[in-house]
Amino acid sequence: MIWVNTVVQGILLGGLYALFACGLSLMFGVMNVINLAHGDLAVSAAYIAIGVVAVTHVPAALSFLIVVPIFAVIGYVVQRTLFQAALNRSVLTTLLVTFGLSVVIENGLQQYLSANSHSIDIGSLVSDSFGIGSQITIAYLDLVVLMVAVVVLLGLQYFLSSTANGRLIRAVADDPEAAQLSGVSYRHVFGLAAAIAFGTVALAGLASGMMSQFGPTTGTDTLLLYAFEAVVIGGLGSLWGTLAGGILLGVAQQIGAQFSAADQVLAGQLLFLAILVLRPQGITSRREPA
Amino acid sequence: MSELTGGPPLLQVRRLSVHHGQLQALRGVSLSLPAGNVQAMIGANGAGKSTLLRTIAGLHRPTAGSILLDGSDLSRMRPERRVAAGIALVPEGRRLFPSLTLQENLLVGRTSARPGPWNLDRVYDLFGWMRDRRSQHAAQLSGGEQQAVAIGRALLSNPRVLLLDELSLGLAPVVVRRIYDLLPQLIASGLTILLVEQDVSQAMRVASWVHCLLEGRITLAGAPADLTPAQIEGAYFGIGTGNGNGNGAPDGTTAAASGRPGSEGTPGAIA
Repeated sequence: MIWVNTVVQGILLGGLYALFACGLSLMFGVMNVINLAHGDLAVSAAYIAIGVVAVTHVPAALSFLIVVPIFAVIGYVVQRTLFQAALNRSVLTTLLVTFGLSVVIENGLQQYLSANSHSIDIGSLVSDSFGIGSQITIAYLDLVVLMVAVVVLLGLQYFLSSTANGRLIRAVADDPEAAQLSGVSYRHVFGLAAAIAFGTVALAGLASGMMSQFGPTTGTDTLLLYAFEAVVIGGLGSLWGTLAGGILLGVAQQIGAQFSAADQVLAGQLLFLAILVLRPQGITSRREPA
Repeated sequence: MSELTGGPPLLQVRRLSVHHGQLQALRGVSLSLPAGNVQAMIGANGAGKSTLLRTIAGLHRPTAGSILLDGSDLSRMRPERRVAAGIALVPEGRRLFPSLTLQENLLVGRTSARPGPWNLDRVYDLFGWMRDRRSQHAAQLSGGEQQAVAIGRALLSNPRVLLLDELSLGLAPVVVRRIYDLLPQLIASGLTILLVEQDVSQAMRVASWVHCLLEGRITLAGAPADLTPAQIEGAYFGIGTGNGNGNGAPDGTTAAASGRPGSEGTPGAIA
């Protein structure tokens, strides 16, 4: 029974990782931007949520209604300005620019908001849970986050496959120049994709900030790494692969934690390395790695 | 512009020069394309034919010269804005979106569409086989089918000028002929066409005016009926007489003097 609980907790954790990873996967899949500031953006979203709650007194659990749209707008603007300017030079430049952005965000947070840890206070919601049998305990918050992740991925899947803008995003991901020749402003479409990616990473940052403590360095130290691992394990360019990757990573970490708390992260890295060696295209991708 | 034929040409290219880094791909190319015309660019590999079409479509920035559509200058416009203005390029190698279905590929072409006769149904009527296979992925289509979809995608923007780059590339001659046989229908719908073709006989068959490009310059231009094989050979390979002095066609005059194919009295002009 203890192992069943371990797997259940891993799946619940995997939802959060998938939420983190889908924005990273989208930015890379559509515009070849490897966003090294991804984790820091998530942390910034959590800080902003604390600020929003302090100022507007909305319930913390509903802060996403304000923070996610803010981040979508920021995403569009950053893509159209900073990232596009980098893309016009080279893909390597975008890597340096996002790395720089990561450093700026992290140090900005340290400088102005101190290195102290925070969390988004949602009161008793954070610890409420229900049991199945005597061994399995499921926290409502974890379950909600997993459901949010699934709903976001379903929504994204629908958006990409069945709407006009989603079609343009796929077209631009295939061939930006041919899209331009068909009358598509690929810069605008890149902006839309970045808006979605920033929106989802904000959501993930809030979920993470409600579940655990965070500080200015949490973004690069843990969140970015987990997002990368989920993407690599699942396989690039597949939303469901991202979910599967997140869940596998979560399960591996929980199994590791059964042995000792220190093994939690290690087990995840070992799975990540094993996938890289044995199946570098990811578990769901049909494409052979280049 | 005052022209011999009266009324400005629909598309005008004036003394266009384009560099790829150190290499000069086009050296002062001029041409003018009256509405309803089919004109062809022929020339060897690397002569600058595709560069010319891509520059007109906005993918290359010219170092000198200008491109006018109906008298207004497009030179500073982005490619997608030029589509909205009425220029559509069917690029070399088709360039369909492989992960999109046939119909989705066509629909992308509608993004900056002008009002006009072309819609999904009309494209499906033009290419009878497409309707039944509209949900197939573009990557599953044969080369000829992909070429048809690429043309359909361009038509859905309702262009005024259609630029066709090497339609015949990698296709069987019978397929190429079938595609070129559609051009009269496209012209009847109000289109004006500038095409690039390595297959000289195909170009001579469909075009009312042919330009030969050699090392970035137009070395010969004229109505197909008035050009002798020897002239074309000379212009194509840069041998013999009548070329090498490096002058592009003077602004606008070549096409302005052309009239229709088969009209008498048009000398086989060596530009």
